[in-house]
Amino acid sequence: MPPLVFANDAPTAAERLKDASGVALIALLLGIPMIGLTTADQGGSLQVLTRWPLLAAFIAASFCGRLVVRYLLDALKRRRQAQDRQAGAAGAKETRRGGRMLESIGWLAFGLALVLPIVFSDNRYVVDTATTVLIYVMLGWGLNVVVGLAGLLDLGHVAFYAVGAYAYALLSTQFGWGFWAALPVAGIIAGVFGLALGWPSLRLRGDYLAIVTLGFGEIIRVVLINWTDFSGGPNGISSIPRPTFFGLPFVPSSDNPTFATYFGLEFSPMHRIIFLYYVILVLSLLTNVLVKRLRKLPIGRAWEAVREDEIACKALGMNVTNAKLSAFALGAMLGGVAGVFFAARQGFISPESFTFNESAIILAIVVLGGMGSQLGVVLASVVLVLLPELGRDFAEYRMLLFGAAMILIMVWRPGGILSHREPTLLLSSEGGRRE
Amino acid sequence: MSSDVAVPLLSVERLTMRFGGLAAIDDLSLDVPPGKITGVIGPNGAGKTTFFNCLTGFYKPTVGSVRLNHPERGVLRLEDLPSHQVAHTAQVVRTFQNIRLFPKMTVLENLIVAQHNVLQKASQFSLAGILGLPSYRRAEAQAVAKAVDWLTRLGLIDKADTAAGDLPYGTQRRIEIARALCVDPLLLCLDEPAAGLNPRESGELNELLLRLVADEGLTILLIEHDMSVVMNVSNHICVLNYGRKIAEGTPKQMQNDPNVIKAYLGEEEADELLYGEKGGESTGVTP
Amino acid sequence: MALALQQLINGLTLGAVYGLIAIGYTMVYGIIGMINFAHGDIYMVSAFIAVTGFTLLAAFGVSSVPFALVVVLIVAVLFTSVYGWAVERLAYRPLRGSTRLAPLISAIGMSIFLQNMVQLTQGARVKPIPPMLTGGIDIYETAEFTVRIAYSQMLIVLVTVGLMIAFSWLITRTSFGRQQRACEQDRTMTALLGINVDRTISLTFMLGAALAAVAGVMVTVYYGVVDFYIGFVAGIKAFTAAVLGGVGSLPGAMLGGLIIGLIEAFWSSYLSAEYKDVATFSILILVLMFRPSGLLGRPEVEKV
Repeated sequence: MPPLVFANDAPTAAERLKDASGVALIALLLGIPMIGLTTADQGGSLQVLTRWPLLAAFIAASFCGRLVVRYLLDALKRRRQAQDRQAGAAGAKETRRGGRMLESIGWLAFGLALVLPIVFSDNRYVVDTATTVLIYVMLGWGLNVVVGLAGLLDLGHVAFYAVGAYAYALLSTQFGWGFWAALPVAGIIAGVFGLALGWPSLRLRGDYLAIVTLGFGEIIRVVLINWTDFSGGPNGISSIPRPTFFGLPFVPSSDNPTFATYFGLEFSPMHRIIFLYYVILVLSLLTNVLVKRLRKLPIGRAWEAVREDEIACKALGMNVTNAKLSAFALGAMLGGVAGVFFAARQGFISPESFTFNESAIILAIVVLGGMGSQLGVVLASVVLVLLPELGRDFAEYRMLLFGAAMILIMVWRPGGILSHREPTLLLSSEGGRRE
Repeated sequence: MSSDVAVPLLSVERLTMRFGGLAAIDDLSLDVPPGKITGVIGPNGAGKTTFFNCLTGFYKPTVGSVRLNHPERGVLRLEDLPSHQVAHTAQVVRTFQNIRLFPKMTVLENLIVAQHNVLQKASQFSLAGILGLPSYRRAEAQAVAKAVDWLTRLGLIDKADTAAGDLPYGTQRRIEIARALCVDPLLLCLDEPAAGLNPRESGELNELLLRLVADEGLTILLIEHDMSVVMNVSNHICVLNYGRKIAEGTPKQMQNDPNVIKAYLGEEEADELLYGEKGGESTGVTP
Repeated sequence: MALALQQLINGLTLGAVYGLIAIGYTMVYGIIGMINFAHGDIYMVSAFIAVTGFTLLAAFGVSSVPFALVVVLIVAVLFTSVYGWAVERLAYRPLRGSTRLAPLISAIGMSIFLQNMVQLTQGARVKPIPPMLTGGIDIYETAEFTVRIAYSQMLIVLVTVGLMIAFSWLITRTSFGRQQRACEQDRTMTALLGINVDRTISLTFMLGAALAAVAGVMVTVYYGVVDFYIGFVAGIKAFTAAVLGGVGSLPGAMLGGLIIGLIEAFWSSYLSAEYKDVATFSILILVLMFRPSGLLGRPEVEKV
């Protein structure tokens, strides 16, 4: 016999109906002004239209949905209680095994990423989408340093992305720089912007930092739109040179050797698409290796320690401002590098591509993936890029579903999809290494 | 050298800290002799933690000076140093009344973060670290060895790979002390290290503190409410009330000081206790 | 001189609107310590309700402007409060007590959701309504310029002042106000004293939404056009205003709103309209650097 009987374990049917009716009432109140009524331009002036059947359907759906959800949640809760009672503490070993499993998933994902363009070598759509996913993965890994490791709330990451993209666009179109030469320089420029913004603002409290970075993102965008001589204004910059394969361009024909003629291949536009895919794959893998290594170094541990308890860090003699600045600058630099790739891939950039929505998506990738988790960023990027793609058939609902998914995933797992933290060093393995 | 005439390691002179109209510390002067345990006691709200915050750079005192006689770096004015310099340059390291560990990091990682400055220097702006140069690897191995040493001595070694936040309260207290020790302090400031410990644990804490002074030559400044700890380990005690120093002396003297007893028990009860029926025989302030 | 006076009037009007929205941010931040990112969109929802309301009344042949205003205000406040309540209940309450970032992400998700919901149900095009309050009082005339206070501007300032008085009374004098302030200071202790914290937080969201609703209706009357994107810009400006005035301080939110409104008005007429947002944010950054607790916020002693 169970030791405890919960009085509220199973609500009665009447209670369930009452609960669902409450939800239906709220749905009615929410629905009247938005679903039930709408205005439309008819003959030069607005007219009110009604959609009562739609509203009725919405309310009915809310009522039934609530009944089902409530029932499922209750069932889940009861099962979890039962499990908790049975299983005591067998957690520690579980986490370590979980870590190892995640690592193998990571390698599996890496393998898939490597062969993807070979398998889909004639499907431009798939390779293009995968490239987009990888751009977000790289942006997410860059922001992960700032938000996930150092715990600094950055709502304007897109600004550094924009700085990198415009830096390459200007360096290449105005000064004839190549992609590979511009890549590190643009990254450093973005990093300097990060330092310039971080230096005054990183001593601020977390949420103030959020609003300052958000403001900075808007400033950069407004400047790009209005400073026409410099950035081309709202028209942006076009004919940005594409990256070449060690000097061999991807063009149908040319006086000089092209990629296709040099390797004796027949020209195909897919060559460039696949090449770009591998470029971003390499860039993001380099980012991953860099971040993973840094995490196990003093600076990386300092970032995490600052996230955990800033005051304790100060009491241990750590210069907290320097630790934060380095995280911020590195994140900005990686964002800038991703921006260079973005500009080179599109061949055209305009302020349109660097709105707050973009910042929100990158931040969502980091937080949804599980703060600080590298694999989580990959998963979240895949979900957030593919979700709207899958919803292409009902394109109007894409962003609506996107917003709803952000809320639902957070409510379901506030710690992100993968909230597991791998220690940066373990005594057991240390001991093993030194015999 | 006789310890009675030794130069104090830390001299606090006329320290005052005001918050608005309230003087949390009022004209406090105190000498902390090297190689000894100095206790700071006083009722709740007497200004003990504020005193620590002034020492360790978290608050800027309104008036007064805090001088540290550093054996290598000469006299340092702690009130002018930012908090991280107090720990790094002056080697004055503190713990917190409400434990401040890095909860998601393992115990070992907590102790490695404490050696951040040494390791960061060895990693040469992370370059040597990223390349995995031997110089950095050696520094890291040394840091681990030091952490392992303290963990072993404090009986925490089997917890090394556990997340610090998952451990029981008493253990966390010890980890915080171990972490502070990894900074190589000259002066260790402990803010209520026995709070929340059971009698057995606070007995172990006594032993640990005495051993640290005897074996390592550490100087300890101790805020504590648990009289079984303060009275047993302190060489010297300073009693605060309403931000002022009301008495100073050996534990024995303090136990019989009428001012101290009044501060703790209030006028009437103190009178009863000091001059009550049995007369003469004082029971002291041991709870 | 005349131009400056006119910009002062325009700036104060704009500032009053920002201030009303900013109060919602500041109250929510004060009580649960999160940036309610969807607050700007609540204001946008209210503007759409106002458009529907005015159009509906016109269709029923209501020609009295004051009557229409009062009815639409009440209706918009009621419906928008429900939206405020629902946002908190769905997206924030389940996340109470988790990390600091989780509610922020769901707030951003909620903002995206509301924007697209309105776009879908109400249409993506700009909605114009026929001008309602035309005319104004000319207060100062020179050869080339006439300074004029439009009736709609007077309405906005008067309603805002009235609401501020009522609101201050609500927060300082009523039992709800006391509960609200108690929750701001220490939520656990307040709960231990037998106060329903969930209810207080819900009411705070509804109140903030109600004020944003008033701002939404006013803006609809003032500008005469509404689209689904107005919430984002106004939201950022209003949050900036709240931070500028000192987060958690109600007079601060109003003051911050007025300052932002004035900066915008003067900057656009004397320097450049394009860079007015740059000016706003730059000033915000400067204020935060030199006075991190905002203009009227209480300086925070770092708790060690």
